[in-house]
Amino acid sequence: MLEAYRQAGGDPQALQLPDVATLVISANQVLAAHGIPGVQFEAEPLEQGVRARIVVEPDAQIERPVHLCFGLLPSEGRQEIEADYQIGPGARVQFLAHCSFPNAVKVEHLMQARIQVGAGAHLTYTEEHYHGPSGGVEVRPRAKVVVGRGAEFLSTFSLTRGRIGLLDIDYDVDVGEDGLAQLTTKAYGGGEDRIAVHEAVRLSGAGARGLAKTRIAVRGSAISQVFTTMEGNAPGARGHMDCSEVVRDGARAENMPLVIVRNDQAQVTHEAAIGTVNRRELESLLARGLDEEEAVDLLIRGMIR
Amino acid sequence: MPMAEPILSVEGLSLIRGGRQILRNVDLMVEPGQVHALVGLNGSGKSSLAYTIMGCEGYAADTGRLLFDGRDLVGLSITERARLGITLAWQEPARFEGIPVGKYVGLGVDGEDRQRTAAALEAVALPAKTYGYRAADQTLSGGERKRVELAAVYAMRPRLAILDEPDSGIDVLSLVEIEKLIRGMGSEGTAVLLITHREELLATADAASLMCAGQILFTGQPHQARQYYSARCRPHLESLGAQPWDEADPEVQAALASNGPARSPASA
Repeated sequence: MLEAYRQAGGDPQALQLPDVATLVISANQVLAAHGIPGVQFEAEPLEQGVRARIVVEPDAQIERPVHLCFGLLPSEGRQEIEADYQIGPGARVQFLAHCSFPNAVKVEHLMQARIQVGAGAHLTYTEEHYHGPSGGVEVRPRAKVVVGRGAEFLSTFSLTRGRIGLLDIDYDVDVGEDGLAQLTTKAYGGGEDRIAVHEAVRLSGAGARGLAKTRIAVRGSAISQVFTTMEGNAPGARGHMDCSEVVRDGARAENMPLVIVRNDQAQVTHEAAIGTVNRRELESLLARGLDEEEAVDLLIRGMIR
Repeated sequence: MPMAEPILSVEGLSLIRGGRQILRNVDLMVEPGQVHALVGLNGSGKSSLAYTIMGCEGYAADTGRLLFDGRDLVGLSITERARLGITLAWQEPARFEGIPVGKYVGLGVDGEDRQRTAAALEAVALPAKTYGYRAADQTLSGGERKRVELAAVYAMRPRLAILDEPDSGIDVLSLVEIEKLIRGMGSEGTAVLLITHREELLATADAASLMCAGQILFTGQPHQARQYYSARCRPHLESLGAQPWDEADPEVQAALASNGPARSPASA
């Protein structure tokens, strides 16, 4: 499991440090649930997965990132994770989640998360996936997030190495007064990979802010579909959607932003660039001696970095 | 004094884009190690000439020859031209999401020349420790991005560097660093085709050509180019208005017939 964690971009040594909170789940087994002052885990096995509760106490300032590791080592199987995150008011914490399915031929991974970010709290949630080389994984992360008054929720999801298989993200975020939600999704698909991103951010509180940023590259015959909704429902709410997708070979990318504004003091904007790489950027790299393949790869790697 | 064999020789080059003639029978020679300024009003064709030499998309010459060290560039890709030793610093450099400044500047550096990237950044007054790992994206100011572009060109040790208005958007203090950099390129044997509107940079040049309405009107010493502009081009501008001028216009034909074009040798 440690090797799988490393393949997903994690540092196995961090899982063994006494002052680092760690939760390690393989299939339906909890291999480690190591809490530290301010961070507590409760986890129980289900038939095909684990139900976990992660609590960060009010005003806790957690210096070192909390490490989460989810995975399935066999080539076939199903893993369901039900996770309930409670970030207490005024707390500050960073989660590093790594999900690895290195041998997957026919694997399903379902995540049902509920995330409550208390008033004035700050949560950075960074999730990296590795699905192995065969593309036999179906991953369906689901999250319902409530961002409290003056709280911040910064989320980054990355699947940029190896194959994707099927990725179907569905995040629903509600942002309270003066709160901030920033969602970043990065994926690089090839072969027959399928990517679907559904993100909805509701700016419900006065002065709420939201950013939904998507960076996707597809090649081969991969298909990417991005559905982003941003609602400006309160005075002073400010939202922006920013989608860049690069398409190569016979791949296809679709982007469907939906802007809903219900208050005359709110503003939501969106921008999207879908298609080939920017010509000026490409020519700048060619003029340094890179060939077109190298230059495009560098631009894509930079975009999803 | 005999002229050295030119590293770049442009002969009778013409370019038509979107049905408009952008370059008209352009002749230009740049010697190895020479800083050759290209001056002229906005819209006179300077950047188009730069893109044509670099081989950018949509800038294939319609007629004429482009020779680099005696080799015909026609049909070569940008990559092939870069690998021969030609490169270009764009007037408005691209911004790259997720690509660190150090990585971008080092793209054209010989793999064994490990200190070159840091030296290039230092040469444009961007400390490598501060800027090396920053993204070359919109978080850099316009002036910083220009300097990164120049550093990337300098780091390559090119044989011909085309610098398209390296002075625009640069503060006065940094202009001194840019002047030093251009001289440094020359001393390393790099020929520089320097597109500029600034007299300070024009003064660093060994030769200058004046472009007007897609033509080279004059080639000579930098101060002569300035004088030529004042004496002969400014009246054109005042009588004909903004460029590009339509040569089919009888009024333009009459003015060109009475005032130019004319050329002088670089040694004049």
